[in-house]
Amino acid sequence: MAGANNHDYHILPPSITPLVGSLAALTMFFGMVMMFQPSHFGGYGGLVFGVGLLAVLYTFLTWWIDVVNEAHAGDHTPVVQLHMRYGMILFIASEVMFFVGWFWAWFDFSLFPAPIEVIDGATESLFGQEGADALLQWPPKGVETLAAMKLPLLNTLILLCSGTTVTWAHHALINGDREGLKKGLWVTIILGVLFTALQAVEYAEAPFTFGGLNYGSAFFMATGFHGFHVIVGTIFLAVCLFRAYKGHFTPKQHFGFEAAAWYWHFVDVVWLFLFIVVYVWGGWGAPVHG
Amino acid sequence: MTTIAANPGDLHAHDDHDADHKPGFFARWFMSTNHKDIGTLYLIFAITAGIIGGAISGLMRLELAQPGVQYLGQWATWLSGTEASWDQALHMWNVLITAHGLIMVFFMVMPAIIGGFGNWFVPLMIGAPDMAFPRMNNISFWLTVVAFIMLLGSTFVPGGSGLGAGTGWTVYAPLSTSGSPGPAVDMAIFSLHLAGAASILGAVNFITTIFNMRAPGMTLHKMPLFVWSVLVTAFLLLLALPVLAAAITMLLVDRNFGGAFFDAASGGDPILYQHLFWFFGHPEVYIMILPGFGIISQIVSTFSKKPVFGYLGMAYAMVAIGVVGFVVWAHHMFTIGMSVEMKMYFTAATMVIAVPTGIKIFSWIATMWGGSVSFKTPMVWAMGFIFMFTVGGVTGVVLANGGLDDNLHDTYYVVAHFHYVLSLGAVFSLFAGFYYWFGKMSGRHLSEALGHLHFWTFFIGVNVLFFPMHFLGNQGMPRRIPDYNGAYAYWNEVASWGYAIMGVGVIIFFVNVAYAFIGGRKAEGNYWGEGATTLEWTLSSPPPFHQFETLPVIK
Repeated sequence: MAGANNHDYHILPPSITPLVGSLAALTMFFGMVMMFQPSHFGGYGGLVFGVGLLAVLYTFLTWWIDVVNEAHAGDHTPVVQLHMRYGMILFIASEVMFFVGWFWAWFDFSLFPAPIEVIDGATESLFGQEGADALLQWPPKGVETLAAMKLPLLNTLILLCSGTTVTWAHHALINGDREGLKKGLWVTIILGVLFTALQAVEYAEAPFTFGGLNYGSAFFMATGFHGFHVIVGTIFLAVCLFRAYKGHFTPKQHFGFEAAAWYWHFVDVVWLFLFIVVYVWGGWGAPVHG
Repeated sequence: MTTIAANPGDLHAHDDHDADHKPGFFARWFMSTNHKDIGTLYLIFAITAGIIGGAISGLMRLELAQPGVQYLGQWATWLSGTEASWDQALHMWNVLITAHGLIMVFFMVMPAIIGGFGNWFVPLMIGAPDMAFPRMNNISFWLTVVAFIMLLGSTFVPGGSGLGAGTGWTVYAPLSTSGSPGPAVDMAIFSLHLAGAASILGAVNFITTIFNMRAPGMTLHKMPLFVWSVLVTAFLLLLALPVLAAAITMLLVDRNFGGAFFDAASGGDPILYQHLFWFFGHPEVYIMILPGFGIISQIVSTFSKKPVFGYLGMAYAMVAIGVVGFVVWAHHMFTIGMSVEMKMYFTAATMVIAVPTGIKIFSWIATMWGGSVSFKTPMVWAMGFIFMFTVGGVTGVVLANGGLDDNLHDTYYVVAHFHYVLSLGAVFSLFAGFYYWFGKMSGRHLSEALGHLHFWTFFIGVNVLFFPMHFLGNQGMPRRIPDYNGAYAYWNEVASWGYAIMGVGVIIFFVNVAYAFIGGRKAEGNYWGEGATTLEWTLSSPPPFHQFETLPVIK
């Protein structure tokens, strides 16, 4: 640490974590390629991927342990906390754009479903006239959709409810009510797990498959990436709960908790769009499963 | 003075806590949390990648120097170790153009201009001691390195007809899905994921730094234009790259999990990939050029010894280019069979970008007008930039016309256009910045004479290389094809000689750098004199390891 610091910024000592994390990411992704292509790389893809994944998780863990320790050491001055707020907001903005890609695919398929247009105006696909006609409507003819007003609606209510419970936890924290903080977080995490469990039930019951048709691919990738984000958000909240039991967070300084709450609201909003666009509007008029 | 000499022990103790105390070699370069060291790492990395990417384009010009396929079979044989078939020879061509494009975009221009100069000079210019997230800054760099390793590795594994990814830098489906079995394209895609993650983290870092760490008194409207340019660029990165991530994830899904995103027979839409790609790809071209605009603004102002003409207009012209850059993407796709209405919109929207770009060009000229211009090396590069970028901009206006583009799409005219804005635009701004700041970064002066020689050799070389491509394109020569009709032979041979001249220029550049490190004069703090008014010139050359421990105050 330089001696004559007359500013509030956080000058960090050297750290090996970024290099370790990058090599871990390389190992993980290369392991994935090995898994995709066993005929080229043999059967050890899963192992390489697993080692890489563990190393990536280890990187996240040590990195954030460092950040928490620095916070307790008093390195996080008001301006550094402001950095983190900006950082988190910008990260969420980039996540929003990631979901824009998946919604774009959904709208492309649903609003412009014509497969191949030939010059005389007739349509046909590589699977003949019948296949072409099936693709001319959305959802494609023959697809049974999930009933939006059953489990998806329940899941909507669960996530909205969890948005209020995380706010309960936040207000408890601000008012110095540690028990309220823990209770609010417990309820939020349970609701998050419940959401994921119900999504798993939905996936198991889905009458359409991932491959073979655009509907399934677009449905499972959009909702699947959302589900992944719910799991990440749940883990983030669980870390906050763990830290709450350890006595971390003060009514004035608790950005780790706030970041988790922001992230949770973000996955909540993405779900609202998914519910409206994919489940309700995107399945309109199709035969409903079950 | 006497006090210090009387007590050397105290002096040593003081040194350990001095602003210039550096960690040991491994900690300094492999565990860095210092924006200047990370900037240096980025520059070394980008130069290395530039040599590889530039050598690949040399192979391409060698093959294209005369009609017929001369060398590809031999190179494919060397790569695979077995006698290459005709298909494998042609695949080799696709691998070369793909590698050249990806390396130059993601591993040369971006790391150099944002990672290198951005890291070095954004904190210095806003009077900050470092970046907002110094540790994250380092993972941005190392992720770029592992991404490059992943891409280079893809060359040695099967990717369809032969070894390596042969999809073009755009990775269009279905060539990149059902058309390229084998792990090479998977590796290229993951390379883009890694490079994209690195850039997104970098973008978060730059935006936070610029918004939160400006020295007291430096309002947004007093910020140097280079900082403005990096700010706009960072927003483009932040919002465009995730869309590419989604698109290439769809490619992976289609390739490996039976997905149907781009498979027309299953209701998928190959054009969807083009939309997603170019929604990223068009902002990407501004990502590559905007920091160049910033560098040129600093240099033109310094060597005209005047403030930039129309400072606010210059800043908001970049903002306008950034915003409008998000709504013009389909001008890369005029020939997909889009409706006339769509063509009209994308033509008109694209032409709108000529307005803020024109503001920039004319303001640079107006800055020089009536100034006391000194033609130091950075200034001649900057003037070369303005001249050549304008040529590329004008051919861009030509290509913006949907009707004309029906004829010119995928011809060498397009190749000429984007090399004028990149090889003679972005790369000229990189060299300009390098000559402008090298003394600041290294503490040594480059040779002015060699710098001018480098400029003129390179300037003549790239123009002989790329200008004939306009003629070839107008005559209808298609891009991305290794063989051509004998009618195109003359200008192709000329272009290949141009490459050789440019190559000599690059060698002069490296001689100049070697000279600077071996025998270059020591650089003082502000070696450009009264015209150089930004904060980095108030520091020593090179600056202390941690600068601005007492923040400067801007009046």
